[in-house]
Amino acid sequence: MSGILRYGSYIPYFRLDRQTAGIGRGERAIASYDEDSVSMAVEAGRQALGDAAVDTLMFATTSPPYAEKLNAAAISAALDLPAQTRSLELGGNSRMGLAGLLLASELGHAKRTTLVCASDVVVGAPGGARERDGGDAAVAFVTGPDDQAIARLLGSASTTAEVLDVWRLPGDPFARQWEERFGIEILGPVSVDTAKRALVNAGVEPASLAKVVLDATNRRDVADIPRALGLKSEQLADPLVDNLGRTGAAHAGLLLAQVLDTAKPGDRVLVLSTADGCDALVFEVTDRIASGRPARSVAHWLASRRTDLPYNNYLKWRGILPFEPPRRPDPTRPAAPVMKRHERWKYAFHGSRCAQCNQGYLPPQRVCVKCGAVDKMKEEPFADQPCRITTFTLDHLAYSLQPPVISTVVDFGCGGRMACELADADPKDVGIGDQLEMTFRRFYTGEGVHNYFWKARPVR
Amino acid sequence: MASNGIKDQVAIVGMACTQFGEHWDRDASDMLIEAATDAYKSAGVEPNDVDAYWLGTFASGVSGLVFSEALKTPYKPVTRLENMCATGSEAIRNAAYAVASGAYDLVMAVGVEKLKDGGYSGLVVPTPAGDGTESSMTAPAMFSLLVPAYCKKYGVDESQLKDVLSRIAWKNHVAGAKNPKAQFRKEVPMDTICKSPRVAGMFGVFDCSGVADGAAAAILCRAEDAHKYTDRPIYLKAFSIAAGPNEGFISGDYDFTTFQEVVVSAQDAYKQAGITNPREQISMAEVHDCFTATELVLMEDMGFSERGEGWRDVLEGRFDGDGAQPINPDGGLKSFGHPIGASGLRMMYEMWLQLRGEAGPRQIANPKLGLTHNLGGQPGRCVSFVSIVGNELG
Repeated sequence: MSGILRYGSYIPYFRLDRQTAGIGRGERAIASYDEDSVSMAVEAGRQALGDAAVDTLMFATTSPPYAEKLNAAAISAALDLPAQTRSLELGGNSRMGLAGLLLASELGHAKRTTLVCASDVVVGAPGGARERDGGDAAVAFVTGPDDQAIARLLGSASTTAEVLDVWRLPGDPFARQWEERFGIEILGPVSVDTAKRALVNAGVEPASLAKVVLDATNRRDVADIPRALGLKSEQLADPLVDNLGRTGAAHAGLLLAQVLDTAKPGDRVLVLSTADGCDALVFEVTDRIASGRPARSVAHWLASRRTDLPYNNYLKWRGILPFEPPRRPDPTRPAAPVMKRHERWKYAFHGSRCAQCNQGYLPPQRVCVKCGAVDKMKEEPFADQPCRITTFTLDHLAYSLQPPVISTVVDFGCGGRMACELADADPKDVGIGDQLEMTFRRFYTGEGVHNYFWKARPVR
Repeated sequence: MASNGIKDQVAIVGMACTQFGEHWDRDASDMLIEAATDAYKSAGVEPNDVDAYWLGTFASGVSGLVFSEALKTPYKPVTRLENMCATGSEAIRNAAYAVASGAYDLVMAVGVEKLKDGGYSGLVVPTPAGDGTESSMTAPAMFSLLVPAYCKKYGVDESQLKDVLSRIAWKNHVAGAKNPKAQFRKEVPMDTICKSPRVAGMFGVFDCSGVADGAAAAILCRAEDAHKYTDRPIYLKAFSIAAGPNEGFISGDYDFTTFQEVVVSAQDAYKQAGITNPREQISMAEVHDCFTATELVLMEDMGFSERGEGWRDVLEGRFDGDGAQPINPDGGLKSFGHPIGASGLRMMYEMWLQLRGEAGPRQIANPKLGLTHNLGGQPGRCVSFVSIVGNELG
């Protein structure tokens, strides 16, 4: 047996108010202009990992920042995983997040400990259902052997269906969908059948399920399951339609995380995702559940939000709406050899500290300005260290998709200073002394190269 | 080991400066030709009399060929150098040291910058390939960090400090209005300055120096030879430059109200020149007013004002053109404009005019010692240059 050892979630700070955008009611989560599926996966991964050690990393997304080049490698580097980590990447449809969790859970039988990150930025054509109903978020699970599990995998079932339902060509900005009713006709029965087989495989009666998570590219694909299984409405997990949107490859896992946030030992949970087929997993929550919960729940992320973003800005962030650029040079791509030399600074956010006089350095240095020692530095991770704003300014001239850039000088509590951009903040709420935490971001894409690094954000 | 300086060993015997501004009709080479040709004339020498050249340019070309190909100098030594916004000053410092060493008899320091062809707002700094983690702060943002820090440290209300900064801009525009070579030659009302659109932090457009094209040049020789070329040479009393180790972005105790590099370079220059009371002994100064707050902090770092008192001196008019210690009598970077490689030499050009009594409507009465100051970088990590010059030996 095997299962989930730990988990974490991440929902970006910004929401698009559907009413303001003229596309419906409620709100959907939107990744900021400096986030993508990789950066959000890192945030969820940090929540999930804690001090756990993993030997395998799995990344699932339908919005990979690079079509070719292992996105999981950037995640691995930012999470400071050892180079010996096995990594693989799943994509192609939104079911792959849950498919990854299933595979990773089963790897626990082989005594492997896996971090599964599922993350998506769901972009739809303006005015369409996918834009309205989609959302951006990430979730991560650490899976492994049974004896440490907070949720044991009791059973599962899968179905593969070749069907032209939702598709997108490489290079296309938006997915297309065949007539909805056709997909429902094919995938509805597939979903019911897969759910039933998973429960039989797990030896679990539908009535004994504490919660059921139903996810699909089209919600109506799974609408028949409650009746077919005789489920009561209180057994159904909130699909977060009104306050999050469906977050692609992350969604089934995110809803499972939400269930785990409040689950009791002994609870049984069916989680199912339908897209070109179906995967269904049955978990049983163990009495270790409290020890594997992250510092921040799904409810915490949902409550931490800003809803006043103009629709125009959102469209600019996604590159859908052209805009007047500042009269400043386009950002240049970072150079591969320099990134490699400075990998542990750029990705893992390791600075250094003088072993002789204790002065901290970000970025790491070889010569100490305080005591003059040469090569007496010790490498030190700063990503999880709290810091405060020493001084700041609003830069109206710098290139940004959300001007003004809030530029700060921050001092870390453990000693160490750096100039740092502030993310997810409203200029009018920023003050000297504010407590900050570090967050992994995609600064810009220059000449076809994504530039990832760390910013600070207000602790919320 | 000591910083001995070259007090009274070298003199400037000819100088020239082009108009600064948006020279859409001129290449960098055109401005170099104008500045160099006028400098030859000013010293009364032929091009071939000059033994060696130091060319300062930040980014308007690489190598000495930028100059030698423009002026067709016949196989003379031309050194191209760069030290950020102190580039022009670095050119004259190196040229002067070469004369003092005895290596050459007659040399030229020349600086040029062509900034307006880039099509961008503000200054664009060419950088080597990087890892993408470098701070993206623009120059006004970097220097705007001085404002809240100064207010906090000295208990000055931010709106009061805004008035102080606006007065600095106003003063430098008043001076620029009297300078036919300045980029901006109009006085600007305080109200317009105060209400100009924000660029970074508390800085509006009028808190920033002008982005300009321009060139300037000086001809130098040993002090004892100076009267061969002019009856009114100016003598170099001190040169100092300090490059910081980036302590401002390392040390938790740096508070963004000072430039340590300026303090060190000023003290070194005062020692070389034998100055003990800069507030009283320095007749006038051209300082690096890239932003209004920079000028305020410089007054304290160079000892023209007590710590925390600079803002009062500004408001009381001490640094006005007709004040007790005029600062930037030619309009400064603010209204003369800031073509990087030329700025340090432009500052020296004002000293040349003032110390020879040739500054026209902005002439200061009986100046004896003048100071030029250049700064490249940002608060916490910069290079700072200070020179002191005078019209008498001793």
